[in-house]
Amino acid sequence: MTDSGKPHILRSLLIANRGEIAVRIIRTCREMGLKSVAVYSEADADALHVRMADQSVCIGPAASSASYLNQSALITAALSTGCDAIHPGVGFLSENAEFAAAVRKAGLVFIGAEADTIRMLGDKIQAKETARAAGLPLVPGSDGPVDNVDEAIKVAEKIGTPLIVKAAAGGGGRGMRIIRNPVELEENIRIASAEAMNFFSDGTIFLERYLESPRHVEIQVLSDGKGEVIYLGERDCSVQRNYQKLLEESPSTAVGNKLRDTMKKDVVRLFRKMKYAGAATVEFLVEGDRHYFMEVNARVQVEHPVTELITGVDIIREQILACSEGRMDITQDSIRLNGYALETRVNAVTPGKVEFFEAPGGPFVRTDTFLYSGCTVSPHYDSMIAKILIWAPDRKSGLARMSRVLRETRIEGIRTNIEEQLTILESPLFRSGRFGTDIYGKIVGEQ
Amino acid sequence: MNQKQIFELMDKFDGSDLTELKVESEGFKITLKSECATVGVPVPVQAAAMPAAPAVPAAPAAQPAGAAAPQAVPSASDTEIVNSPIVGTFYRSPAPDAPAFVDEGSEVKAGDSICIIEAMKIMNKLEADFACEIVKILAENGQMVEYGAPLFEVRRK
Repeated sequence: MTDSGKPHILRSLLIANRGEIAVRIIRTCREMGLKSVAVYSEADADALHVRMADQSVCIGPAASSASYLNQSALITAALSTGCDAIHPGVGFLSENAEFAAAVRKAGLVFIGAEADTIRMLGDKIQAKETARAAGLPLVPGSDGPVDNVDEAIKVAEKIGTPLIVKAAAGGGGRGMRIIRNPVELEENIRIASAEAMNFFSDGTIFLERYLESPRHVEIQVLSDGKGEVIYLGERDCSVQRNYQKLLEESPSTAVGNKLRDTMKKDVVRLFRKMKYAGAATVEFLVEGDRHYFMEVNARVQVEHPVTELITGVDIIREQILACSEGRMDITQDSIRLNGYALETRVNAVTPGKVEFFEAPGGPFVRTDTFLYSGCTVSPHYDSMIAKILIWAPDRKSGLARMSRVLRETRIEGIRTNIEEQLTILESPLFRSGRFGTDIYGKIVGEQ
Repeated sequence: MNQKQIFELMDKFDGSDLTELKVESEGFKITLKSECATVGVPVPVQAAAMPAAPAVPAAPAAQPAGAAAPQAVPSASDTEIVNSPIVGTFYRSPAPDAPAFVDEGSEVKAGDSICIIEAMKIMNKLEADFACEIVKILAENGQMVEYGAPLFEVRRK
């Protein structure tokens, strides 16, 4: 929607992104009969998304801050090429409330949520409050900051161990302390509070039940902005290295029918309340048969094709329709969650020239990438170079298919993580389906 | 409109991004015009890198319709290319009815305005960062220019 809030039939779309997601969006534009305009930095002049788009505009030098994050350049490029909408893709400005507002203020449609919604969901405390108000379960904790040690001890005794203490002023892993032994509870809370005071000059702490090795399970939804919310199943993203997802699958081996139904109802309730437009993901931690709300990603996600494979829905297409025309081409009744899908993220370990690239083929295989023989993987941007996906009727045949497909993929000239992904994929632990977010460390042995 | 109101209008106009304002009321007409705002452009004027090297810069594969060719090579060994530091619309003059800042053959001093690049309704004035002669104007008035698009071929003085 633009600022006026009127439905808008699009003719052309500027993609404010690069790499495989830009290529992915251009493909849907073409199928929808939309003109696509690519933007690129000087380092990306030969990039695939530039070659594929109907038109392209150089917006700045290699550094993202001056190109793909340059809001004024992006909006100017959209206006001067006659675009009527901007798709932010993933990363970069996709969850930037100021950008969403500026795009709409310029009279363009922003393919994403309202600026206020992005702002609210981006604030972890506000997002959790919204989820709690909608009746979603949160990880048991202090329900807010505690600035008094005696009170903290009382709260901690109620939550029980294992317990994590976080400094309110901390972040990015700093100022956290895990307490496993109830005997040391009181002493440890005193230490944690003193630590917070020393490091951040603020002794305020949060207390939360610590989940040892939970599953990361997220639910994909699409919503038309008028309260129609379509549930598209879950994705399990427990295989992570330093919070970077490596393998994503659907359905999750950790989610039974009863839990799946509860999560679905929770997410639909939350989104009906928000009058959200477009694609979003709700992230949960799952331990045993319990799920705990973590956060909402107010955008399309890298791993959205996993859901596309099990539902047959083009998520980008429905997102564009929802955000421009305020409607979608699908209904909940038309959705069947069918079979099994798995995505492998292929990352470059070194940048450089790709001397040769050959994508895997065969039945039920999808590759989303910006690679071609002779292209260059720039050191300026994200290391993910391809997403390789398979669909299969069940997990067992899906894993066999992915093993075959990864061995078939040829990327020469740069080093990738394909060997490591095969090690994880073919490990008894991953195959068992019983693991948590610590699986990478257990298999690869670092972290 | 009394004198006080006119002064107030002038103050407001000064503080705005507008380059021209016409007000008409009760048989009264006032027109305010200003030199356009000089907004700090990150790289004011960028001479082409290595003007002496005859190597052809790598041209992008795509030909963006309607946009300037993103790279140009000086036609003579003693000339350089001035590229656009931002994406925007190229204007040769400060207002539609104003004379152009420069023409082919004009000589400019360092700090002289040579054109405007409009982006997001802000008029970014481009200044020469060295004294030079404008040998050739490479972009059309009112044309969209990309980052790095060639605007002028100049000869250093």
